[in-house]
Amino acid sequence: MSEQAIALNRFGLGARGDERVGSDPRGWLKAQLAGFDPAPPAIAALPPRAEIIASLGAYRELVAMLRDERKAPGAAAAAISGDAATAASARGDDTLRQSRQDVRRHYVAGVGARLTAALTTETPFAERLVHFWSNHFAVSVDKLPVVALAADYEFTAIRPNLGKRFGDMAWAAIRHPAMLVYLDQAQSIGPGSPLAQIAASRGGRRQLGLNENLAREVMELHTLGVRTGYDQADVTEFARALTGWTVAGLAGGPFERRLEQLGAPGQSVFAPALHEPGTRAIMGKSYAEAGEAQARAVLGDLAASPATAQHIAVKLARHFSADDPPPTLVARLAAAFTASGGDLPTLHRTLVDSPEVWTGAGKFKSPWEWTVSALRATGADRIAPPPDRAMGDDSRPGARAGAQGLFQQLGQPVWKPGSPAGWDDTDATWAGPGALMTRVEVAERMAGRIGDRIDARSRAAAVLPGAALSAESAQAIARADSPAQGLALLLVAPEFMRR
Amino acid sequence: MMPILDRRRALGAGLLFGAAGMMPGLAFAAAGTARRFVFIIQRGAADGLSIVAPTGDPALAGLRGALVEPGGTRLDAMFTLHPALAGIAPLFAQGQARAYHAIASAYRDRSHFDGQNVLESGGALPYALKTGWMGRLMSLLPAAETNALALAPAVPLALRGALPVATYVPGALPAASDDLLRRVTMLYEPDRQLGPLWTEAMKTKALTGDIGGNNGRNGAQLGELAATLMNPTDGARLMMIETGGWDTHSAQKARLAAQLRGLDALIGGLKTGLGPAWTDTLVLVATEFGRTAAVNGTGGTDHGTASAALLLGGALPAGPPVVAQWPGLGAAALYQDRDLMPTQALGDIVSAALAHHYALPKARVAGLFA
Repeated sequence: MSEQAIALNRFGLGARGDERVGSDPRGWLKAQLAGFDPAPPAIAALPPRAEIIASLGAYRELVAMLRDERKAPGAAAAAISGDAATAASARGDDTLRQSRQDVRRHYVAGVGARLTAALTTETPFAERLVHFWSNHFAVSVDKLPVVALAADYEFTAIRPNLGKRFGDMAWAAIRHPAMLVYLDQAQSIGPGSPLAQIAASRGGRRQLGLNENLAREVMELHTLGVRTGYDQADVTEFARALTGWTVAGLAGGPFERRLEQLGAPGQSVFAPALHEPGTRAIMGKSYAEAGEAQARAVLGDLAASPATAQHIAVKLARHFSADDPPPTLVARLAAAFTASGGDLPTLHRTLVDSPEVWTGAGKFKSPWEWTVSALRATGADRIAPPPDRAMGDDSRPGARAGAQGLFQQLGQPVWKPGSPAGWDDTDATWAGPGALMTRVEVAERMAGRIGDRIDARSRAAAVLPGAALSAESAQAIARADSPAQGLALLLVAPEFMRR
Repeated sequence: MMPILDRRRALGAGLLFGAAGMMPGLAFAAAGTARRFVFIIQRGAADGLSIVAPTGDPALAGLRGALVEPGGTRLDAMFTLHPALAGIAPLFAQGQARAYHAIASAYRDRSHFDGQNVLESGGALPYALKTGWMGRLMSLLPAAETNALALAPAVPLALRGALPVATYVPGALPAASDDLLRRVTMLYEPDRQLGPLWTEAMKTKALTGDIGGNNGRNGAQLGELAATLMNPTDGARLMMIETGGWDTHSAQKARLAAQLRGLDALIGGLKTGLGPAWTDTLVLVATEFGRTAAVNGTGGTDHGTASAALLLGGALPAGPPVVAQWPGLGAAALYQDRDLMPTQALGDIVSAALAHHYALPKARVAGLFA
């Protein structure tokens, strides 16, 4: 592949056909790091977090109200005359469904904004890095508060920190309300904390205690990496250090009311009443800091660890070179990470200057990458809601709203990897027979909507410049029986499936 | 459009053949070459102590509190099946289901991703093997029984090996035109990676014919879909079905019950859909590791060690409803003071079951697991 094609496709998000990479592809990429806009118009236009939290609050109030109604004295009598109870319950379900939709629309709008930013950006390399880091610090929209807040998480914890240090991004990511709720930190309570003591003295039936989920995943997935020397005791100690971090109004549980006084609903707060007092011992070091400074100090050391440098270097190298990245590339990235104190722009520039990334056939694109590159190649700036049920099954929840239904169909619903490890970044994960067939079906649909408005032969040369397209693929496109079929063949050509 | 009609007609013919198979003579004739194996993987560490609860263990109530389900089906003096598994409960009495408890793979740490790697590869350590035990099993089977399919977008590790594997994603996109498919076939033919994948995709497409409308929306539909893909004479013989959502760190009681209702319906749909072929089918349900013996501070459980696995099918060898060398849940009996102690290796259980199912020498099958 030519260097222009690599800059556009491997580092960028795929060519639109109107870019001017010029004779210095490395300079073109590095300039994007400085030119990156953390809040482009599509994202800036989204409602503020307070509005999202308000819709979530309304839903929770509705749930509580319906529960009380069912317990009310009249309800028992109504339940005997079955019809009345059923009717009331159906009304409740309907209102509830609407309220849930009201929360969900923030997810739908967020997916749309993310996609539009990716399709219209002048800094596609920086946008790819946002997607990479967002997946590194993954949340998954498996709980309603995370559905509501996943977009806000990427837009406020990841994007603004792309020009900063790894430790800054990590600290912002793990304290965002979406992450605190997703990995159960919001409900974790120090067993020796003031609140647990009060609860115990009152003989409360509910057990209050630690949840080590976030602590473990920070060590295993976000920083050090699995099997790098920490043990179960370190995880539990870090979980104790993290107690106190929770979300006002969203934590759930018997202490929620107390937390409402600490901050506006939906904001991350440090609640000293939940914090486990005392000094923590983690990986041979003791942390005597009090309160919120304690977890900050632990995370600072985790972020600066050589194991973290190695872990991040392997993942970044894998994303830009191959499933088993060249050791020289990994070593160079790890050294850059350590020498710069985890400075992300330094790390990203080192990547651009690494010769290993400028060779090789490239990786099989993930569904997100393939869709974004296909839409960019056809000049789209969004996916419109399908007017004719053309794109996917209309009965699937949210299918009408367009983009996220398509990603669901392709096997990679946005912000829903289903695990805190994020989406896997290897060929074997995405290059399957079923995935290929689905892409061919989607490509035919996309191309069918464009018809003869694009000449696939000239567009192919523009998006895969410098003879990056094989003669066989070029011939298959040229021999297509219609312009739309030619475009579909471009979008599924082997060279277009890889980056 | 003709080719699509042709595919539908072919599928109809297959179903007719299946119906004829219900006649005793033909059913026997088919049985010789129609053994089926299904692996339902529970990703996320399913809580064996709730699925098959050791209600006869005096320490259970103290550790689990409100997580202990009041109802369920008593399997023996020690164990009770979770009430949400009401559909498969009768199979235990009929000798068509068996639970194995206090079992674990070779993995002894608490990372999902490493644990699933060991569960699927059958290796002694994470990432020690690049292929999976089902993939290696395929090389031991007669060619007629190696048709493998994963209900997933890509081939899961357990199925990776020397032989090709198809994948199928239940979906509702309109099918691509046959002309485009033909051209893509030519386009991918010289590509070493995409060529073989595409061949598999086209084979599966021919198999699935008319079931595009079935979305796999819930367990029952997923089970029926799996059966539909396994029923035809040239259908899948080995299958892997992915299930997630078992990582119940909080509010476990309701979440796990919903998960198990889905699993119960999945197996029900599979059994019903397979009809007489259930007699020649073996189903394994297994997870990467178990969960902590005690409830945590958020009504859930954290990553643990030993768990339970299920084997189901119409031709299990005779045996008790639960096979366990029960280590006990007393404080001194726990692994690292927190988890159920593993006393049986999952690999041994699976290889013994496969040796029986496929009438293979035990020594050859045992080699599938390190």
